[in-house]
Amino acid sequence: MRLSGRQIDCIRGGRSVFAGLDFEAFSGEVLAVVGPNGSGKTSLLRLIAGLLVPAGGTVDLEGGEAELTLPEQSHYLGHRDALKPALSVHENLAFWRDFLGGAAGDLSQSLAAVGLGHATYLPAAYLSAGQRRRLSIARLLVVRRPVWLLDEPTSALDTAGQDLFAGVMREHLAGGGIIIAATHTPLGIDARELRMGGAA
Amino acid sequence: MTALAELIRRDIKIALRVGGGALIGVLFFLTVTVLMPFAIGPDLALLTRLGPAILWLGALLASLLTLDRLFTADHEDGSLDLIVMGRTPLELACAAKALAHWLAAGVPLIAATPALGLMLNLDAAATSAVALTLLVGTPALTFTGMIGAALAVTLHRGGLLLAVLVLPLSIPVLIFGVAASQAAITGPLSFGTPFSILCALSLVSLVVGPFAAAASLRYGLD
Repeated sequence: MRLSGRQIDCIRGGRSVFAGLDFEAFSGEVLAVVGPNGSGKTSLLRLIAGLLVPAGGTVDLEGGEAELTLPEQSHYLGHRDALKPALSVHENLAFWRDFLGGAAGDLSQSLAAVGLGHATYLPAAYLSAGQRRRLSIARLLVVRRPVWLLDEPTSALDTAGQDLFAGVMREHLAGGGIIIAATHTPLGIDARELRMGGAA
Repeated sequence: MTALAELIRRDIKIALRVGGGALIGVLFFLTVTVLMPFAIGPDLALLTRLGPAILWLGALLASLLTLDRLFTADHEDGSLDLIVMGRTPLELACAAKALAHWLAAGVPLIAATPALGLMLNLDAAATSAVALTLLVGTPALTFTGMIGAALAVTLHRGGLLLAVLVLPLSIPVLIFGVAASQAAITGPLSFGTPFSILCALSLVSLVVGPFAAAASLRYGLD
């Protein structure tokens, strides 16, 4: 699989965030998007996820499932955790598993893999920021998607959590997945860098 | 299909739990109709004549009260991004969310109508006529309200905007809802005519609402 973007322009609020951006990433590869605040890292991820419309240029996935669009084959892990405080950890994860559809993994195994096995029936309202992040990561595990778009994935994670997440990413890459991650801190695995310029 | 069923189940579950707000609408409905006899006075004939209109107004405002949370909650916590990206068509997801909202917030209003009809000196036939028109008419309120809720997502504090956008659309529903109830109670019009138009309004909104809401969500995300 090859995920590529050609000559992408991004305009937000009437201001050009970046222009003429090219990138590509292959199966089993991490593309780390780095750059100062405001350089458009999150915008790029949201463009790939189909949540923003590019002002110009195209994003293509070659070798994916022909009948599905790129967003339908992607996981997006954003700043916001997409968790409902009124629902338990288990209910939150079970909902996303059933709603997102596609090949699904085992729920309790995924929770155990991110170290939340003990909190299965706790309402998500009582989770700490790091635990919420871990629960979001469990979502990546419970539903299979070849492309992962991660926005500051390791924020709020402790050192053990970061190691754990590096392991999760390695496993995904070994399965032929693609990861595009916007980050300020090293991810703990080998990655190609895409450097975004300063604020235009 | 499971995706939509799960979405409906989740929304109802959240609405019914602490802080969900499904009961706020009923409580508001209750307050308005209970206060009305005190404001109007003990004229039973007048209460009977105004009864259907009061019940309909109460239900309309109560459903507006809870509608603005339909998409904003999902937008704030990032769930909306994932729903937009998902493999379920956004139009169907919108319809499912509106249906869940109607089940959690609209049906209790209809269930409360018989008890409130008593307060307004409506007899059994009149109360059931109002309940029937509410049953048919409230989906139209929810599904047209959903368009406003979707537009309000991108604007902070869109609550007032919702009222301004949605109220004009709900005026026909109000007119024919009350007209059908009055026709059933006093005549001289036949019940069937306004009731059929009310049904038609609901059916149109069931079709148009999800498409309009999905379009505005797609356009408004950033």
